[in-house]
Amino acid sequence: MSIEVLMPALSPTMEKGNLSKWLKNEGDSIKPGDVIAEIETDKATMEVEAVDEGILAKILVPAGTNDVPVNQLIAIIAADGEDISKAGSASAAAPVAAPVPAAAPAVHASVPATAHPDIPAYDASGEIPHGTEMVPQTMREALRDAMAEEMRSNESVFVMGEEVAEYQGAYKITQGLLQEFGPRRVIDTPITEHGFAGIAVGAALTGLRPILEFMTFNFAMQAIDHIINSAAKTLYMSGGQMGCPIVFRGPNGAAARVGAQHSQDYSAWYSNVPGLLVVSPSNAADAKGLLKAAIRNPNPVVFLENEILYGQTGMVPKMDDFVLPIGKARIARTGKDVTIVSFSIGMTYALKAAEELATLGIEAEVIDLRTIRPMDVDTIIASVRKTGRCITVEEGWPQSGIGSEISAQVMEKAFDYLDAPVIRITGKDVPMPYAANLEKLALPNVGEVVEAARAVTYR
Amino acid sequence: MAVAAKAGSQSKSSPNKLSPGKAVAARGGRSLSRRSNGPVALSKDEEISAYRDMLMIRRFEEKAGQMYGMGLIGGFCHLYIGQEAVVVGMQMASAKGDQVITGYRDHGHMLACGMDPKGVMAELTGRSGGLSRGKGGSMHMFSVESNFYGGHGIVGAQVSLGTGLAFANHYRNDGRVSMTYFGDGAANQGQVYECFNMAELWKLPVVYVIENNRYAMGTAVSRASAQTDFSKRGVSFNIPGEQVDGMDVRAVKEAAERAIQWCRDGKGPYILEMQTYRYRGHSMSDPAKYRSKDEVQKMREEHDPIEQVRRRLIEEWKISEDELKTVDSHVREIVNAAADFATTNPEPDPSELYTDILR
Repeated sequence: MSIEVLMPALSPTMEKGNLSKWLKNEGDSIKPGDVIAEIETDKATMEVEAVDEGILAKILVPAGTNDVPVNQLIAIIAADGEDISKAGSASAAAPVAAPVPAAAPAVHASVPATAHPDIPAYDASGEIPHGTEMVPQTMREALRDAMAEEMRSNESVFVMGEEVAEYQGAYKITQGLLQEFGPRRVIDTPITEHGFAGIAVGAALTGLRPILEFMTFNFAMQAIDHIINSAAKTLYMSGGQMGCPIVFRGPNGAAARVGAQHSQDYSAWYSNVPGLLVVSPSNAADAKGLLKAAIRNPNPVVFLENEILYGQTGMVPKMDDFVLPIGKARIARTGKDVTIVSFSIGMTYALKAAEELATLGIEAEVIDLRTIRPMDVDTIIASVRKTGRCITVEEGWPQSGIGSEISAQVMEKAFDYLDAPVIRITGKDVPMPYAANLEKLALPNVGEVVEAARAVTYR
Repeated sequence: MAVAAKAGSQSKSSPNKLSPGKAVAARGGRSLSRRSNGPVALSKDEEISAYRDMLMIRRFEEKAGQMYGMGLIGGFCHLYIGQEAVVVGMQMASAKGDQVITGYRDHGHMLACGMDPKGVMAELTGRSGGLSRGKGGSMHMFSVESNFYGGHGIVGAQVSLGTGLAFANHYRNDGRVSMTYFGDGAANQGQVYECFNMAELWKLPVVYVIENNRYAMGTAVSRASAQTDFSKRGVSFNIPGEQVDGMDVRAVKEAAERAIQWCRDGKGPYILEMQTYRYRGHSMSDPAKYRSKDEVQKMREEHDPIEQVRRRLIEEWKISEDELKTVDSHVREIVNAAADFATTNPEPDPSELYTDILR
């Protein structure tokens, strides 16, 4: 009976990868432990090992193929004595080649798992010159380029964090920076968030411009005293004398299947603090333009990224110096019937819901906050005055969340324009569970957003 | 004489024996001390200057205590009385451009850094002329000009920040040294050791000045610390340390010179445990019931840092009482002027509520 070899996943969030090399040819016999192929993503390279014995009967995906979806059949191994020519006709056995459990279910139903997802257009709303060439880039590359460009132009900018230098970044956001800028400016720290956050803030008080990478914002809870008490408050406490130009950045919120301690959205936490700027981009272009702005900003900026978005490709303006304003929301889709306000990965649900709603004849206006603090309340209010309805979408918890703030603002500033109560679509009020089905239930989904829009439009 | 670091060598019953200059050989028996009989003497001018600077702090803090009692100063007010020799001796050894950062017992450090007593006192009273325009208070003052980086109310936070100042010096290769002060209480915070590790790993120019005044608020050192010899707290990171008689400004200056030179030579951090004593309570609201009046009295009579200098000025340098009175009255004038300013200066304009949040 033949054995099917499926494209393995290197991580729970990997959706596709490149099949860079076959190390065995069709007809070769294979023993368990043999490396049969090499696959790579923009983040890592991994060898595919065989776990069964047999003969490599058929290679279905040739070497050099890019964007092979996880779990796609890439080869067939014939069991000993089996007729090679007939291999593959039998029903499939379990996948045999698996550096990590291969069949990682796509828990984020809204994240496309197709081989060639359409790259969404980027409407820069007049923020870039007309006719600027747009190039496809992942958010990972966009963030890296933003840092590299700012480091080239300002000697005071440096990157510090766990695994940022020699390892090239735990999520490969700092890839290549050590090679270009050297160990003085790309600094690996010990695993010591509280200490190195304080060191970076201290350096910023002298006027240096640290970019402090937290491997994830979950770990920044160890350092939150320095983010809030030392970075955010010093300018005020010093009567305006001593500023703190620092960027705290890293992935925030739920990744996939990593459990409660690694799946928390801190947007609302930092949003609560005067003296901080809080930025959370949803696409590659915003990530680049806003990170460059954050690095140049004289204030402490909490820059909340999202691991699931890192590998997603968007169109990025090809410009020498693409900088976006902090504090300005973007209308990602215009509509007249209901306003959907979101940010970061929440935009994935919001935009998909808007597409579905369009088929129902409901025109949703989707606002991407981009900056959480200061919040562009004017843009939200202007939209709500037009639509009379408002829904918020975020992965964070409901109580005192970003949606709570938005609904309070809308109530205070556009009460007379509302035709229905504001509805908050949020992560559920529970620690993130591990089980795939429970995790899916804990996160918002497109259906909830669609239902909410129908409810507020009474359709 | 140098002694090798050895766990448990410190007697818990007398954690603070004021044994000057006991040096810890941190790396394989390397001796860091150059012991002689007592600290190196100061010149006449240095003695006078130390006397004036310490007296300024003492009188300023006494005045602050009075004003607190009159309701002019609010919140917390932690006085530095008794510990004056530490910061004054350290400043005598440091150079222009070196930074100072400390915790909440910070008035003395600001005065020693040359910050305007009027501005400090007006900040204590929450006035617009305060160094932070009335928005910082006793624990939160800063001066870019004087390289004073606060003034921090979170115990131990200044240790990481001070290490960050040293990181910046190292990054810029500008030869500056960060004087990072903290107490015996803060010395038990975890981030202190995170920073010891990185400071030594990266050879950052920082002198960790542990002001051991024997009590973390109301808790005696021996009740809070497994290792009461704070000079040894860097041993597992290979950071050299010394215990210093923090009541003797000469001993402080001498040890500070050694430590600062070590940092300037690019050899990394250095720990100075300053054995000192605060005469007043932890803050103004602390009746200090956790120690005897006799203990305080004994320190004041036998170890007072200002009295030691005063005695030497009279006995060794033949300065007359009249000359010292001139210094005293000059200091009093400055302090009184600061107090007057701090009482008459207006409160901040209400519009200041919303300024200085962002740049």
